[in-house]
Amino acid sequence: MAVFKKLVRSASGAKVPHNKNTENIETVKMPVPARVHIAMSQHIGAPAKVVVKKGDEVKVGTVIGEATGVISACIHSSVSGKVFAVEETLFPNGQKTQTVVIDTDGEQTVCESVKAPEVTDYASFIEAVKTSGLVGLGGAGFPTNVKLAPKNLNEIDTLIINAAECEPYITADYREIIENGADVIEGTKLVKNYLNIAKVIIGIEKNKPAAISKMKELCRGLDGFTVLELPSVYPQGAEKVIIETATGREIPEGALPSSVGCIVMNVSSVGFVARYMKTGMPLTTKRITVDGDAINEPKNVEVVIGTTIKDVIEFCGGYKTEAGKIILGGPMMGTAVISDEMPIIKQNNAITVFSKEKSVLAPINACIRCGRCVSACPIGLSPVEIALALAGKDEDELKDLSVNLCMDCGSCSFVCPAKRPVSQTMKEAKDFLRKAAK
Amino acid sequence: MKLTVSSAPHITGKDSSRSIMLDVIIAMIPAIIASGLIFGPRAIMLIAVTAAACVGFEFLYQKLMKLPCTVGDLSAVVTGILLAFNMPSTMPFWMAIIGSFFAIVVAKQLFGGIGFNFVNPAIAARIILATSFASQMTNFVFPKSSSDAIASATPLSAGLTGSYPYMDMFLGTTGGVLGETSAVALLIGFAYLLIKKVISPAIPLTYIGTVAVFALIFGQDPLFHVLGGGLLLGAIFMATDYVTSPYTLKGKIVFGFFLGLITMAIRVFGSMTEGVSYAILIMNLLVPYINKLTRQRPLGYIKTKKNAGGKN
Repeated sequence: MAVFKKLVRSASGAKVPHNKNTENIETVKMPVPARVHIAMSQHIGAPAKVVVKKGDEVKVGTVIGEATGVISACIHSSVSGKVFAVEETLFPNGQKTQTVVIDTDGEQTVCESVKAPEVTDYASFIEAVKTSGLVGLGGAGFPTNVKLAPKNLNEIDTLIINAAECEPYITADYREIIENGADVIEGTKLVKNYLNIAKVIIGIEKNKPAAISKMKELCRGLDGFTVLELPSVYPQGAEKVIIETATGREIPEGALPSSVGCIVMNVSSVGFVARYMKTGMPLTTKRITVDGDAINEPKNVEVVIGTTIKDVIEFCGGYKTEAGKIILGGPMMGTAVISDEMPIIKQNNAITVFSKEKSVLAPINACIRCGRCVSACPIGLSPVEIALALAGKDEDELKDLSVNLCMDCGSCSFVCPAKRPVSQTMKEAKDFLRKAAK
Repeated sequence: MKLTVSSAPHITGKDSSRSIMLDVIIAMIPAIIASGLIFGPRAIMLIAVTAAACVGFEFLYQKLMKLPCTVGDLSAVVTGILLAFNMPSTMPFWMAIIGSFFAIVVAKQLFGGIGFNFVNPAIAARIILATSFASQMTNFVFPKSSSDAIASATPLSAGLTGSYPYMDMFLGTTGGVLGETSAVALLIGFAYLLIKKVISPAIPLTYIGTVAVFALIFGQDPLFHVLGGGLLLGAIFMATDYVTSPYTLKGKIVFGFFLGLITMAIRVFGSMTEGVSYAILIMNLLVPYINKLTRQRPLGYIKTKKNAGGKN
């Protein structure tokens, strides 16, 4: 049967290194820095609107940015202190975003508005999630209250908790399970009950046996809960992939997980839901894995949102050698940034810093048509043919090759023996189609 | 602080084009040693001549055309060794050098170099040599053998179906071209390529399997057809050439099946005794079509509606 499935789609994924160096180190809380930079766009969708001005006093949990539009999220102050400036900052994605700069007073006084929400039914639950400012913490940053309110709520039968954490180096989600396993289960129960979803599948990659046994222990006796061991192949944590592995269902091109009766939530997101419902403290801190060969003391750090990369790295013993590349996120899908002055935003889960030597880009050679990108693509695309079709500006062929299904996981570039930036070419092909459609 | 900003991913795997070619060369070492033992030192000299000539022509061509030099990827060395594997040990060196020129300059570089040749350069050169210098290309010296009966013939051309000692064919102590006779040496190389995941077993297995099945259908000895002639060399080292073989498992199986079919059609019905190189040449030409017809079905694929005519 396995062979038969491979005939349809081999999708072997990429055997990326794990480098989970920080998995056994307990998360350390970083002291509040002197100044934080809180961006108004920390999510997919419309940026939040700034509601404070220079000189305003703010406390931990004070709303400083209000959600605008349907897909948006509110932003809270992560510190107590005084607004130093409201300015525009360039973000790694090339967008300019309003940023509230706050000088901290070190007191971390909690705002009066912070109190446990009164949740009695589905509507008040969604409202509470919205007020918490939660966005998908796995990296995509999709506003959670929108995700939990699909149009076909009554058709949703499976809640998938994504704890695959397939990116190399990152252990932030793993530490969430080990340190806050009870919160994870509690948050999952809340979502399951208020949304009335029959089944919960918690997916964890095989290379995390301690997390698997912890979750199995906590799930014992719970109705409808399953812990699923995922193959340790990148990118198991990709939404489309984890849904197929867990349920066998396929999300059609352009559709959302809800179209196949699934909602996927990151494990740290559900852990946060549980804590928020108890305390009412909005999303103001984040666990970040700091690792890479240019970091003195790799570890997981809990930082207040808006802390700059520089401050976080200083807290981790500073640079071991001169940094050649700083990546927000892991090495497979993370974004390389131009400076360490960038602040941490909600959906960041790692800072990976490589030395100069490790940042050198390998020379690009001619494609030898080995087809490794074809067998590695988790979606079953044919990157080599897509690259050729793009070179020939063949719009029909690109559509036929379903390039829009590409999710930028980087497996193709990783396996390419000619060291071609295949993944980047896929992005260009998608861009080309987008422009051609206009 | 000066930071590198590049598109994700920020790490790549260990394999490079060069390391892959090096693995192929390592996999050919047992067959190189076997050819030396069976046919004597001239066999090794011939391999050295074609390998050096192939590298030399690639270097000269790229210098002359002011192209970046790609000799370091070792693909010319692979072509050179494979080309020698397709010659008898008596082949005059100057003819071998002409073959190398054709393989590297005509079949490979004129079409754009590595990745753009539409036929396997060694196969193309072998066929050119076989048509240009037919007698030299089939001047097989017969090595010492347990059945000292036939001279200057391969088991296939001798046509001794079923009466050739299997052990001779397995070890390679028969007449033939350098690389094809020793099954055991080729199989060791095959095992190495599989362990290092350089090639998928799909093409060699379907190719060899199809040949065996058709031999049975035609009432001939399948083991004889597998071991006698150039099937193992072709199936393991020539048909699996990346550039000229399909990408997907489905495509590889289709490719292997038709290779077997054409090989047996030539062997059984054709005027030639051997059909491996022509089968590979023909199938090389069909690879772009096979690729198009044997794509994987992507996860979440929706069939795009083509503007079907007739309904207007």
